[in-house]
Amino acid sequence: MGMTQSQKILARHADLATVAAGDLIEARLDLVLANDITGPPAIEVFRQTGATRVFDPGRVLLTPSHFAPNKDIKSAEHCRLMRDFAAAETLEHYYELGEERAGIEHVIVPELGLAAPGDLIIGADSHTCTDGALAAFATGVGSTDLGCAMATGSTWFRVPDALAVELVGEPAPWITGKDVILELIRLIGVDGALYASLEFQGEGVAALSMTDRLTICNMGIEAGAKNAIMPADQVTLDWLRRHAPARHAASDFVIETADPDARYRRRVRIDLSRLEPVVAWPSLPANGRSISASAAENVAIDQVVIGSCTNGRYADLALAARLLRGRRVARGLRCLVIPGAQSVWNRLLADGLMQDFVAAGCIVSPPTCGPCLGGHMGVLAAGETCVSTTNRNFVGRMGHPESRVWLAGVPVAVASAVTGRLTGPVEAELDPAAFSELRAATSGAGLEGLMPAAKGVH
Amino acid sequence: MPRAHVYGDHVDTDVIIPARYLNTAAPAELARHCMEDIDAAFIDRVRPGDIVFAGENFGCGSSREHAPVALRASGVAAVVAASFARIFYRNALNVGLAILECPEAVGRVSPGDEVEVVPASGRIANLTTGESWIAKAFPAFIQGIIEQGGLVPYTQAKLATPDREAGHV
Ligand code: SF4
Repeated sequence: MGMTQSQKILARHADLATVAAGDLIEARLDLVLANDITGPPAIEVFRQTGATRVFDPGRVLLTPSHFAPNKDIKSAEHCRLMRDFAAAETLEHYYELGEERAGIEHVIVPELGLAAPGDLIIGADSHTCTDGALAAFATGVGSTDLGCAMATGSTWFRVPDALAVELVGEPAPWITGKDVILELIRLIGVDGALYASLEFQGEGVAALSMTDRLTICNMGIEAGAKNAIMPADQVTLDWLRRHAPARHAASDFVIETADPDARYRRRVRIDLSRLEPVVAWPSLPANGRSISASAAENVAIDQVVIGSCTNGRYADLALAARLLRGRRVARGLRCLVIPGAQSVWNRLLADGLMQDFVAAGCIVSPPTCGPCLGGHMGVLAAGETCVSTTNRNFVGRMGHPESRVWLAGVPVAVASAVTGRLTGPVEAELDPAAFSELRAATSGAGLEGLMPAAKGVH
Repeated sequence: MPRAHVYGDHVDTDVIIPARYLNTAAPAELARHCMEDIDAAFIDRVRPGDIVFAGENFGCGSSREHAPVALRASGVAAVVAASFARIFYRNALNVGLAILECPEAVGRVSPGDEVEVVPASGRIANLTTGESWIAKAFPAFIQGIIEQGGLVPYTQAKLATPDREAGHV
């Protein structure tokens, strides 16, 4: 029987000609990563294994992002533990706050060119599935799994079956990757892809920028998926050329495609041309409703968050800045802008876009996960409401258990920020020309080439 | 006698242990806030050996291992659910929290029922109603990891035989 795209990547990393759903395999890993919450317990596990060195100091990435800059003494201890470990193990990919390469793991891994087609990646963070946008198999694990993998460079997998998601049509006005994934989760539910791969296919993929693809794969876990994966095409290759020039030049990656007779648990079709911006209502990412139905409910908003590993990339924030140009954040509302990486922050400043945020009355934070997980820098009080471009709106996720979060893409977040209500971009009279310009500029590698690739890896 | 604590579908890791408490990894401290956002009285009610029953997709959301650690440290001896989110499943095995997949038991156990669970055999009994079930068995490889005492001993053995790093297990 044929294999899915994901199964082929697993088979190759396990030195097997074929694998089938349900097989248990041991596979080699190309990259392992953790953050300041999951890293410290992983380091402790690593020590318990008796290993004397990490398997490869170029393939272990640790990043302080969740409670960094340190929100309290305990967080400071965690960050220091990780920093000391990174120094002792001479990890190539540990970047201190403020360095251009520092940031949230799922923003910097693609930026640094550390994910490429055919790679097998695990991270002690559930949103590691983001890297599937580069046609890699990437999945989240816990700290024990990660600590053991840091020692051995391998881990066990149960080979997943898959759902095929066929994307067709050109995206309708105001549609971004966020709407595509919120629509998918609305259709299949928060366990619609439990234990399975989400494999995106179809001619509609070509119209999606890498930023859109990263947003879509980021939230695969919100449908329970083990991994989410895009096909590799010209957009992927352009990205690699800019972010991983050495690997691109050496063709040091493997593009896998699903066999024609691969079997899928389920097939779902989404017509991008018929989508309307989608908003996920509290308190599940699957509670998607169209923006027009949502706006009719007249929900007053206290806070808007634009950032995170879902929508904190340069193209996301450039779009937000352009839409905010000449507009003001509604009175009484707080609009937090949180670049996902220092490179994003720096480029917003260099391009003059930071000025648009400041002039509109936004608060621009240093790169951090911050309020996304209710950590710091924008935690909600009881009864407060927030429109957020992050990926989870669970009870208590952003603060008090009686606060409420609506998940949306950048256009709806900006529209809500300027009107003070849950609103769409049309009603808020955001500039459609700015949206189209940005979309044109971000297709292919366009605006997205941010940083020179990391040296010395692969 | 162990008692049942019963929840619905999609109990996520943010309610099992809210992220605002993740500036520590100390089990006893995590236990103090276990289930706080879904059931504030849980931590006062739970007794050592108690069992959590839930519906589909238990443990969905973040990869935080702190979730099974908090449950175990709060005294919970096992979680019985219709299904588990996959990262939680791995994490529970790795930290030694017994998990049993048994859709049949869902809806047949009420809060406070006296229950008995034997993880090794998969036997689940509701002593209050007299019903009992057998949970889905683990694949042999995973049963092996459990018997070895978790992933760390498994990895120690793997490090001792470095040539064996890929293939079927
Ligand atoms: S931004 Fe939010 S979802 Fe992303 S890694 Fe940070 S806490 Fe997790």
